[in-house]
This record gives sequence, structure tokens and C-alpha cells, in this order.
Amino acid sequence: MTPLVVTAGTALSAIGPGLDATRQALLARRSGLQPCDFAGVSSGYAGRVAGVETHVLPASLRIFDCRNNRLADMALRLDGFADHVAQARAFYGPTRMAVVMGTSTSGILTTENAYARRDVAHGTLPADFDQEHTQDLFSLPRLVAGALGLGGPVLSVSNACASSSRAFVDAWHMIEAGLCDAVVVGGVDSLCGMTLRGFAALGLIAAGPTRPCDVARDGISVGEGAGFVLLERPHARVGTGLARFLGFGASSDGHHMSSPDPAGRGAIAAMRHALARARLSAADIDYINLHGTGSQANDAMEDMAVYSVFGDGVPCSSTKGWTGHTLGASGTVEAIISILCLQHGFLPGCLNVGQVDPGFRARVVTTNAAAPLRHVLSNAFGFGGTNCSLVFGVA
Amino acid sequence: MRVVVRSASVWGPGLPGWARSVAVLRDPSLWDGTVVAAPSATALPPNERRRAGPVTRLALAVAQEACALARVEPSEIAALFSSANGDGGVIDAILNALCTPGADVSPTQFHNSVHNAPAGYWTISHGSIAPATAVSGFDWSFGQGLLKAAAEAVAEAHPVLFVAYDLPIPGPIGMVRVTQEAFACAFVLDPDPEAPGLATLSMTYDATTSEGDAPDSAAFRQLARGNPAACGLNLLSALARRDEGCIRVACFNGQLKIEVSPCLTAPQS
Repeated sequence: MTPLVVTAGTALSAIGPGLDATRQALLARRSGLQPCDFAGVSSGYAGRVAGVETHVLPASLRIFDCRNNRLADMALRLDGFADHVAQARAFYGPTRMAVVMGTSTSGILTTENAYARRDVAHGTLPADFDQEHTQDLFSLPRLVAGALGLGGPVLSVSNACASSSRAFVDAWHMIEAGLCDAVVVGGVDSLCGMTLRGFAALGLIAAGPTRPCDVARDGISVGEGAGFVLLERPHARVGTGLARFLGFGASSDGHHMSSPDPAGRGAIAAMRHALARARLSAADIDYINLHGTGSQANDAMEDMAVYSVFGDGVPCSSTKGWTGHTLGASGTVEAIISILCLQHGFLPGCLNVGQVDPGFRARVVTTNAAAPLRHVLSNAFGFGGTNCSLVFGVA
Repeated sequence: MRVVVRSASVWGPGLPGWARSVAVLRDPSLWDGTVVAAPSATALPPNERRRAGPVTRLALAVAQEACALARVEPSEIAALFSSANGDGGVIDAILNALCTPGADVSPTQFHNSVHNAPAGYWTISHGSIAPATAVSGFDWSFGQGLLKAAAEAVAEAHPVLFVAYDLPIPGPIGMVRVTQEAFACAFVLDPDPEAPGLATLSMTYDATTSEGDAPDSAAFRQLARGNPAACGLNLLSALARRDEGCIRVACFNGQLKIEVSPCLTAPQS
């Protein structure tokens, strides 16, 4: 496919604000997971971002105020991201720049709080509850377009935990079809009672910090986060950018709503398509950032799928031991981590692993290593059986 | 962007499927508003059929008909599902559980709460590993979805099934976010200009804000005001009438301008 250039990017998660803090935490193997104490849930661990409660949106965007949109606004201010976008906007014009955001639950925490205050007798929510600008899935891309002054097409992608990986695919379609010249792609998801208690109801929350790929892994740690990248055609403007977006594969499982297909048919197809589009072979991939949620089923399926495409030659790891599972934001947060690995030449081995599952056949790494990397593949899989693999290359 | 609409489907009050709605879409004065529940999703295995709610039934009904009319294999076509509200009933039930002491969130409701649940059930129905995505665009969900589906068809050079659907939300949220009636429509979009179909659409995104063209018929106008998916009524009518002309659809931050040219050879049906 026609590659695109990641000309700017940033991430905000429990391991810190921005590219430098994220890289330092990865190199120091410093997790952001803490015992969960959120929305009345005190079991398991969570990756909570500091400072959200005190963040104030700009006056013109105050109507969008909710935890999710605060995370978005906090991240837009990191690494000069908004300034990079402003330069691109001056070059292309605001109407030639699109916004594609992935989120699974948007600002539903605001609705949870409104339900707690509801008038039970009349079944009504408090008068100050604004569904359109908080809970609604479209509030996130509207906030981002508003904050960055962009007038091109705006889209919210909500494919559960693959939301913001899939956003890269939708952005590529829009540029390739000529709808726009550049896209702000991102993902934001925030802690809320619905996901904390929903995953608990499914028995998927780990008692301690999540241990992806460990033989004794017992589930996920929910995290929150925001990530953004600016995608443009190569050579449109001067500069080399952070990395190149070389390929993607999107597929479905067609198997079950919440359990991955143990045969990994869809996951294998997503990785193979991503390689084919990038015109790369399995041996060209130097590191795989796994979806690696820490659940028994996901990690076993993913190992099998990775092994069947890559054999045991490509080092792979999950970075959810650092950030927790940031759900719809994970695709972009982990794209940023993959890009940091490419830029700085390191592999972040899985955290919290005592013993890699002996049934695994892929090359799971559990310690950090320095290595020059040319190409990285990043996986995301979500409820509904939705899969997405992305390939990034050095700038 | 140019795509051929190979087929269309609709399900809403007085519009129970394409075959039974063509006459009404051509002449809205025939519209009687009778509400017919969407058929059971018989393509789903019994367990999944039991778990799938009315939102999924509605979306799958139009998806199924559009594929059948276009004679495309549902397991092979990429799909894009667009909805503003998602499954409001499931979200309302979970929110009630969250604020009821001692109540638990139902695991089935939690996995059904994802916006891509109908997309997931669609692929499970057909054992499909083709990509299926779910997007959302508040009142603009029809325009945002159609634009993105057409972009994918053109960029990938393969047909895309586009499904727009929304249902009224029960409970307290539904009193704030009001959706009047259940409505869904679906289209198979093909980038091959030679593909047999109803019409060719030539689409451009114009960043000038617009509310889009309201339907001429008062009844259709009310449907379009009450459900984001019903913003497709003008396009559905143009396809049914085999009209040529320009339709403007609201598409945040601007509008979608759609030049409709009927195909010379209608698809076999």
C-alpha cells in the first residue's frame, strides 16, 4: 500500500505524560499499575492517569467536560502535538484535515454519575446531564476537531479494544480515497464503573498487576489513556517524521462475542494481510507488540496465531504490564510505544512474568534488550471478534 | 468518489424491507406508518440469536436483505455499521445495575454493550473473517458512515456493505437523547463502475455546514428528524424512483453532496 508518515505523536497513560516519560518508564521497567480504587471498585489493579481530576478544558470547549475528554485535551498539549497539527493545518488548510478517533466507552462515567443522582420516582437524570457532549461516542472527535481547529471529515470508531488500531485503517482509507491530505488519528478511553465491573463480571480482572504471557496469568488490569498521531502522505512536507505507517490488516473472528477464536483464524489473517500490504515477509519484522491482555484465552490464542505466522524467530511482548489495558486507546498508545522502540532501538520485555507459559511457542521476551529495529507489528483484538494489526517502519 | 449502489434495504415504520417499500419510497403519500418488528436473525446460531437484542436484529435484517439483493456472499464482504446510540437498552440496564446496591453487571449485557456488537453478530452469523467495523456520528451517523464506507470501497477497490441503524433508548438516557422510531437502512457499495446496480453515486465532502436536504414528504421529514439512520430516506427514495439529481446529507463538520445517476441496466431481481 501507499505508506503514510507519522509526522507527530504523543501518548498519555499511567506510566506518564508524553513520549519521554513513556520511554523512560519502559526502559526502567516501571509499571503504572496501582491497586484499583475507582468508581467503588477496590479489587484488582488499574492504570490510572494522574491529574485528570484537576484538569480544566479551555473555555470554548467546556461543554465537552468529562473524564474522557479531559484525557484527550491533556494529551493534545503534550510533545507539541497541537503545534505540529497547527503547522500542518497552515499547509493543507483546515478542511483538508480529518479526525478519526477510537473509543470504546467515551464519557460514560458522566452518565454513571448522573444515574447515581437520578430522580428514581420520575426516572429522570439531573438537568445538568449533557449526553451529546460527554457519553456520546462522537463527542471525542468533535472535541479534538474543535481543539485543533480542523474542518475536514470527523469519525468516531468504536470497535471495542481494537478501536484506535482500526482508526489507522479508516484514516488510510480517507487519505487514499482523496477525502483529505492528513488525519489526526487517536484513541482515548477512561476508567469507569462499566468496564471495571463488566470485566469483573466476566471473571477477567487479575487479582494483582496483570502478567501477560505468564503461566499463572489471571486476567487484565484496566487502564486509561490517550494517544494521538498525525498521518500524512510521504514527502508532502519537509521533515522525516517519527516513523512510517507501512501496512495494516483488519479482520473478524466470526466466532464469539467475547471469547477469541482458539484457532486464531481472524488474528492470523490480520497479521498476514498487514505483512502483505507492507510488502514485507515475516522475517522482516523485528518486534511484535502483542495485544497481550493477560487473559488466559487471549494470550494463548495470540501466541498460537503469532507462531503460525512468524514461527519462533521474532521477539514479542505485551506492554500492558506497564499501562494496563487502555481498551479503545490501546491501539494508539501501543502504536506510540512501537514507534518509540523503532526510534530508540529497544525491546520492552513483558513485565511481571515469573515463568512464560510453557505451552507458548512464539518468542516471548521478558527482559528489556537493546536492538536496532526496522519494522514493528502491533496487534489489537476486541470483543465482537474484531482484529487489527498495524506495521510501522523506521522513518 | 464514485460508487455503484448495487442494492438497498430499509426497515422502519411503514417500510418493512426494500421489496415491500419501493412503492412507498416512490410515493410517500402511500406511507401508513405501520410498525413491523424486524425479523429474527435466523442466520445466527440459536445461542447467539438468544443473546442478540433488538438493535442487532434490526441491523442484521437490512444487512441480510442488501446482500441478498446484490447477490454478494455475506461472509466475503467488508462491512461498516454506523449508529449514534448503539444498544441503548443494554447500556441503560448496565447503568441501572451500577447504581443498584448488590446488583451485578450481566456478563452477556457487558459484551453486548460494545458498539460493534451488531458487526460482531453479523460476522458470527456467516462465520466471516472479513473486516467489519462500527462507527458513530451522533445525528450525522448516516452521512459520516456513508462517506467512510464509500472511501473504503474506493481505497480498497472492493465492495462494502454499509449499514445505518438506530433504536430509541429506553430509560433515563432516552429522555435526554430522544430517538423516535426504530429505523435502519443498508447499501452494497461497489467501486467497479461496471457493476450492475440501482445507481451510481458521485460523492464529495464539502466543509460548509449544512443540515442536509429534508425530505419533501412531511412523514419522511419527521422520520428523518427522529432517527439518524432515517437521514438516508432521500437517497432511498431517489434509488427507488430511479431519479437523477443531487442530494445533500449533513456530515460533520460539513455536508456530503451526492450526485445520483441511475444505472442503465437494473440488477436482476
